[in-house]
Amino acid sequence: MALFGTGSGNWLTSAAGRRLLPEGWLSGPMPWVIAIMMFLMVLAAAAGLALGFAARGLDAHLSGQVTVQIVDANQARRDSAADRIVGAVGKIAGVTAVHRISDNEMTELLRPWLGAGLADNDLPVPAMIDVTFAPGAAQAQRDAQATVLAISPRARIDDHAQWLAPLAGLIGSLRWLAAVLVLLMAAAAAFTVVLAARAALNTHQATIDVMHHLGSTDAQIAQLFQRRIAIDALFGGAVGLLLASLVIFAVGDRIADVGSDLLGSVDLPLTAWGVLVLLPLAGTVLAMVAARMTIILALRRRL
Amino acid sequence: MRPGAANIVQFENVGLRYGSGGETLSDLSFGLAAGAFYFLTGPSGAGKSSLLRLIYLAQRPSRGLIRMFGEDVVTLARARIPGFRRRIGTVFQDFRLIPHLSAYENIALPLRVNGVAEADIDTPVREMLEWVGLSGRAHAKPATLSGGEQQRVAIARAVIGRPEILVADEPTGNVDPDMAGRLLYLFEALNKLGTTIVVATHDLHLISRVHHAQTIKLDGGRLSEPVGPAGGAR
Repeated sequence: MALFGTGSGNWLTSAAGRRLLPEGWLSGPMPWVIAIMMFLMVLAAAAGLALGFAARGLDAHLSGQVTVQIVDANQARRDSAADRIVGAVGKIAGVTAVHRISDNEMTELLRPWLGAGLADNDLPVPAMIDVTFAPGAAQAQRDAQATVLAISPRARIDDHAQWLAPLAGLIGSLRWLAAVLVLLMAAAAAFTVVLAARAALNTHQATIDVMHHLGSTDAQIAQLFQRRIAIDALFGGAVGLLLASLVIFAVGDRIADVGSDLLGSVDLPLTAWGVLVLLPLAGTVLAMVAARMTIILALRRRL
Repeated sequence: MRPGAANIVQFENVGLRYGSGGETLSDLSFGLAAGAFYFLTGPSGAGKSSLLRLIYLAQRPSRGLIRMFGEDVVTLARARIPGFRRRIGTVFQDFRLIPHLSAYENIALPLRVNGVAEADIDTPVREMLEWVGLSGRAHAKPATLSGGEQQRVAIARAVIGRPEILVADEPTGNVDPDMAGRLLYLFEALNKLGTTIVVATHDLHLISRVHHAQTIKLDGGRLSEPVGPAGGAR
């Protein structure tokens, strides 16, 4: 049974077929309910997609990175240890980059908390070294740790992946939550269509009876309703997508204003927008299927 | 029944009960010959409309066997019913025209349902409008037509698909005697083309006008006498 009808049944989607159900499109609340559902669905999907891309970005950026912190009040010893660590760790196989954070960079990093005069006071500031490993170089990480501790037993080694694990877990949970919300919205939209299809069946009962007596099949009758519901769903979906897009752009601007690296990684690339644009189309197909099944199941209870 | 004619409809011990009430129709056994003309008569409440509902497949019987076009329609798969209904033309007592469609579109509906190409619809519909004398009212909506005009649109819709059997429930109940005569003329013309006609009516004068017709007389849901020549009804 073709969803869109084929062959001689095409008159159902022609002007003659449309006149069988005289109510104009957008005449009921369904398109607006679907618009609201689609608005929420697109926002939830956008959040899920953005978090997914952010998680991927964080993973690529931070996994395989450690920061070595050398805390020593004596600047000469601190610098000496830092230089030796940079030299020794850089020679370990699997280490792709070793970078000592310069005094200027440290000053910039600490300016929000300690002010601009950091270089002029005697506050001891630890030496920081960023070490980047090749993907999967677990042995290199262990060798680097041993080397660092051999040179400076009081050095601290911060594994980025370790301290970001709770954040990654939170992002993963939020992504699942977004997916569940999208599915719930889709289910709610489908139920709305079911109710609208049943109401339409009742409204047009007399016409359906005549069609049946003239030899119409259930599929022909379902096709009459499918078309209208598809138009309503497509309209509602387009309105929902448009409004949600405006909200997403507005939120994106606000995130950009915050200037946080972490928040800045929450972004929607073109592929994500492609997925969002497909949602109203998927919603329309879902609405057509829901309408068809509702009508055919209802008609099967009659002779 | 014409001797030797094949039965297009055959009832055997058919009973019909609505819900948990008593039987509306009981022990009906008769055949309708292909190409014959029948009047279905009987007092109000005799079960005429129920019998017609069984013939135009709006209802399955509670018991018994009904064969149409050579097949058992009691156990017929639901998916095959539309195909059978397309072979049956029905004129309802209340016309059942679709109110928001014009006379033209109401008449064209069976052809469209049957998958006739749009290009092949206009000619037969205009011929049918002319046949029922409504060429000038093609685009009128049912609400703007008189009872007789609506009746003729209903008849045109019932016969445009050249059904093998035409079932009409009190088709002259809403029209004056002159119009009743014209409608009967339409039925006879169709009958001459080979269509089996079954007309439920109280109008004995109408019955007397079709000399080759036979009557099915119902009383209390049962055949009050065997199916026979229309003279028996007078």
